[in-house]
Amino acid sequence: MDNMTLIAIASIVIAGITTGFGTMGPALAEGRAVATALSSLAQQPDASATITRTLFVGLAMIESTAIYCFVVSMILIFANPFWNHVITAGK
Amino acid sequence: MRLSPDEMIFWHHGFLKLNATIVFTWVLMFALAVSSKLITRKLSHGLKRSRWQNLLEMIVTGIEKQIKEVGLSQPQKYLGFLGTLFLFLALAGVCTIIPGYEPPTASLSTTTALALCVFVAVPFFGVVEQGVGNYLKSYVKPTFIMLPFNIISEFSRTLALAVRLFGNMMSGAMIVAILLTIVPFIFPIIMTLLGLLTGMVQAYIFSILAAVYIAAATRIRKPKLEPEAKH
Repeated sequence: MDNMTLIAIASIVIAGITTGFGTMGPALAEGRAVATALSSLAQQPDASATITRTLFVGLAMIESTAIYCFVVSMILIFANPFWNHVITAGK
Repeated sequence: MRLSPDEMIFWHHGFLKLNATIVFTWVLMFALAVSSKLITRKLSHGLKRSRWQNLLEMIVTGIEKQIKEVGLSQPQKYLGFLGTLFLFLALAGVCTIIPGYEPPTASLSTTTALALCVFVAVPFFGVVEQGVGNYLKSYVKPTFIMLPFNIISEFSRTLALAVRLFGNMMSGAMIVAILLTIVPFIFPIIMTLLGLLTGMVQAYIFSILAAVYIAAATRIRKPKLEPEAKH
């Protein structure tokens, strides 16, 4: 297999795996965060503003790791420097 | 597949390029500045006020309350910076309803620029509050070994701010574009609604994180009376 095929296969497979595995961890963590927030809301409903705000901030921080994986997948599919280099070298 | 509004070029002349990001940023700036100027032309102190003034007061007091809850005791000093950040990002997200509009925050340039503004603003406010010596001393707290980690964390949270906002806005636009080619009936509308929600949440997150960083930098540390953790 020549370079072009290898790079194509690696990019495609890794792009899929990155998003696949990269979103599992944050999803589990966010589920736990929301569960804890719900139980503390049930315990203390008057702190709901603080709890809700802190919950959203925490969720956004957790979400950012999933976003990093997504950005890497997008780069591999659409703005792949190795693919561009190999395409321009093959022309 | 267009990855960002940077690639939509309206006009170029040699080195200068006018792409969609710049144009939409100007449109947003124009809208915010002109509407604020028009509404605040005749402010009234009494109970009888125009509904636009009411709206602006609600927004401004809401932002002030949020800044105070984060821990900054004098929110007026930071209201200009943080309020503008929130309003610009919120308007950029909400305007995706308008057809033909691409949010300028879907381009890494805009989000990096905003993150760099926060990166510069945090030491600036820290030095204004605490003085140069005290602020620089805060980098070697709690021990001297933490100095490289504190410096690295400054850079990494700037990067995280930029990439988080970019990723959220870009993914919203891209999901709708992809779905339009697959299931062009009701699903893209639902995803656009989700994009609106994430746009507002991300605008709020960006401003609150900026406020938290500024609060951490401007916190006057009591001298050894109580051990306090940073963050």
